Amino acid sequence: MNLFSETAIEDIREKQAAWEEKELAAALGNRPEEKPAYETECGIPLKRVYTAADIADIPADELGFPGAYPFTRGAYPTMYRGRPWTIRQVAGFGNPEATNQRYKYMIQTGQTGLSTDFDLPTLLGLDSDDPRAFGEVGRVGVAIDTVDDVDRLFDGIDLEKISVSLTINPSAWVVYAMYVAVAERRGYDLHKLAGTLQADPLKEYVAQKEWIYPVRPAVRLLRDLIMYSAKATPKINPISLSGYHLSDVGGNALQEIAFIMAFTIAYCEEVTGAGMDIDDFAPRLSFFFISHQDFFEQICKFRAARRVYAKIMARRFKARKPESMRLRVHVQTAAMSLTKVEHHNNLMRTAIQALGAVLGGCQSMHTNGLDEAFAIPTEEAMKLAIRTQQIIRDEINVTSVIDPLGGSYFIERLTRDMETEIWKLLDEVDERGGAVKLVEEGWFQQKLADSAYATFQKIDAGEKISVGVNRYVDEASRSAEVHIHPYDEACTQLQIDRLQAVRASRDNARVRELLKDLAEQARSDDINLLPKTIEAVKAKATLGEICAALREVWGAYAEPMIV
Amino acid sequence: MNEASMTEKASGDTPDRDAAAGTIRVLVAKLGLDGHDRGAKVVARILRDAGMEVVYTGLYKSPGEVVAAAVQEDVDVIGVSLLSGSHVPLFRELGRCLREEKSEHIFVVAGGVIPEQDYAALWDSGVDAIVPQEARAELIVTTIRSLIAARGRV
Repeated sequence: MNLFSETAIEDIREKQAAWEEKELAAALGNRPEEKPAYETECGIPLKRVYTAADIADIPADELGFPGAYPFTRGAYPTMYRGRPWTIRQVAGFGNPEATNQRYKYMIQTGQTGLSTDFDLPTLLGLDSDDPRAFGEVGRVGVAIDTVDDVDRLFDGIDLEKISVSLTINPSAWVVYAMYVAVAERRGYDLHKLAGTLQADPLKEYVAQKEWIYPVRPAVRLLRDLIMYSAKATPKINPISLSGYHLSDVGGNALQEIAFIMAFTIAYCEEVTGAGMDIDDFAPRLSFFFISHQDFFEQICKFRAARRVYAKIMARRFKARKPESMRLRVHVQTAAMSLTKVEHHNNLMRTAIQALGAVLGGCQSMHTNGLDEAFAIPTEEAMKLAIRTQQIIRDEINVTSVIDPLGGSYFIERLTRDMETEIWKLLDEVDERGGAVKLVEEGWFQQKLADSAYATFQKIDAGEKISVGVNRYVDEASRSAEVHIHPYDEACTQLQIDRLQAVRASRDNARVRELLKDLAEQARSDDINLLPKTIEAVKAKATLGEICAALREVWGAYAEPMIV
Repeated sequence: MNEASMTEKASGDTPDRDAAAGTIRVLVAKLGLDGHDRGAKVVARILRDAGMEVVYTGLYKSPGEVVAAAVQEDVDVIGVSLLSGSHVPLFRELGRCLREEKSEHIFVVAGGVIPEQDYAALWDSGVDAIVPQEARAELIVTTIRSLIAARGRV
């Protein structure tokens, strides 16, 4: 059934034709429009006005109701009336104690969920004393070497009560093992642990570029993590499928959603191929998208993504549970949009992007600090970012009505057009042999690099406007006095001292034995590596040692050189 | 745009080199464990479109590896993009490796997320120019061309 009767549409078409001949023609005759053509950031053409006739072809079922298939209008039946989105600011730097202190500050400011950034050595499976970690320890995130560091990170924080997001990728299974070990040590009920690991390997090879092993073993590690977590920690989302990073390296809104759905399909095939029913793990798949600058395009992106996902799960994977078809998304505003020039403008940019995420129906959100174009954000910047979300949530009454833009001729047309384009891209991935193969071949990498260059050229030519940078430039306001978050120079040595103390006091023979067992298990594709990894972290094997043990089995990833 | 915030250190170093080869050769490099390669790849294309010969190192290169690649490829300029905050120790080490290889004639241009308060430390490490984040293509190209011109090669 369509949304409007045919006679109503006929009537609108006739009247629009008359309007175009009379009022519109007169206006255009008087003064031409500023641009010959209008389009969204991802290139979908925009009309000057939309009417019911523009959505006459869309069946009413495509909209549905919130919390019901195909979830266009929202993930839950009551949305923010039942539970506001989670304010989840990511933080991580220095030693675990430093980050722990920031967490406590943010909880006190009103943050409702925790999120951890790890430093590069931790992400890449290196200990703090590895020569390759030179200069990087505790820099862009917190340094984690052993299970004790995870304990320090969450000191005084009740992990049964607050949900914790861990932005960890190639070494995710080790950090998960440490988290579980800490929870057990503290006597928590593992079934009550709530949180999310990022653990999205395919997007790493094409976007965020943190990797250890070749592509297929990395996907296998994720499979093991998903299958183990589904039983041991059923309230933890073992993966956050991260379109955000695809956008961060240049992908447009269509590529963000289509590519991440292609990765979703690959992971679901991997896990169902290992014998797990789709409904036993799909409800715990979670997503992470960007809220970028093109306001309406972004809102429609969230709506289209929910619909595409629901259809993939229902049609392709024959899911039966509605929870398996419900896309839940964490959103971060666009770091790419922030400028160093007149950096206070970043507050406005972020607030508008955050509003778009709310109108698009996000489940949790990180708003960027106004100083993130300089360095990791200061406490003051984080407070302003949290306040931005609180103002949207509590002062402007945008949370009372679900999907308030739903039914807008424009919003429904654009949602539909974006969905159609996403399906086209997904068909192309299928035709070319699927996501894993295309990641290995560098196909996604090339598409994203091309997009990034095209965007740069648009900015360079002044077609894409950045206020204060290539438009309304104020020579006087160039160099900003920004208080930058300081780096603790003592951080590396403390991590190294602790590593040495751990290695001196643990049962090294047992650690060697466990690492040997783990490597042996990795040679066979059908053993889940989590139980042995948890044993190893409890015996104080370090993150670097565990990752190195498997590198000997699988080797390292060789990057295709795509420019 | 942004010419004002672009600072360039005068290079007093003009070694004897074969001036016959007219094309500027640039090694676009990623140092350390920083995976942000969007900017590096865009810069590589900009320089290529401007007629330079560009070699890209790929990710996760140590200062020693970058210098070895620069020497082997006989480049005029190493362009390093860094967004991980670890620029001060990594550029210091890069400068040390260049001196060790007696290759200080190779210019070093830095880009990425580099707070102005760290510029002085980078000059001390032997960085020849720092290109700001918002730089247009033209500024990136002229920065490199003027470094080479100051040396009297092109």
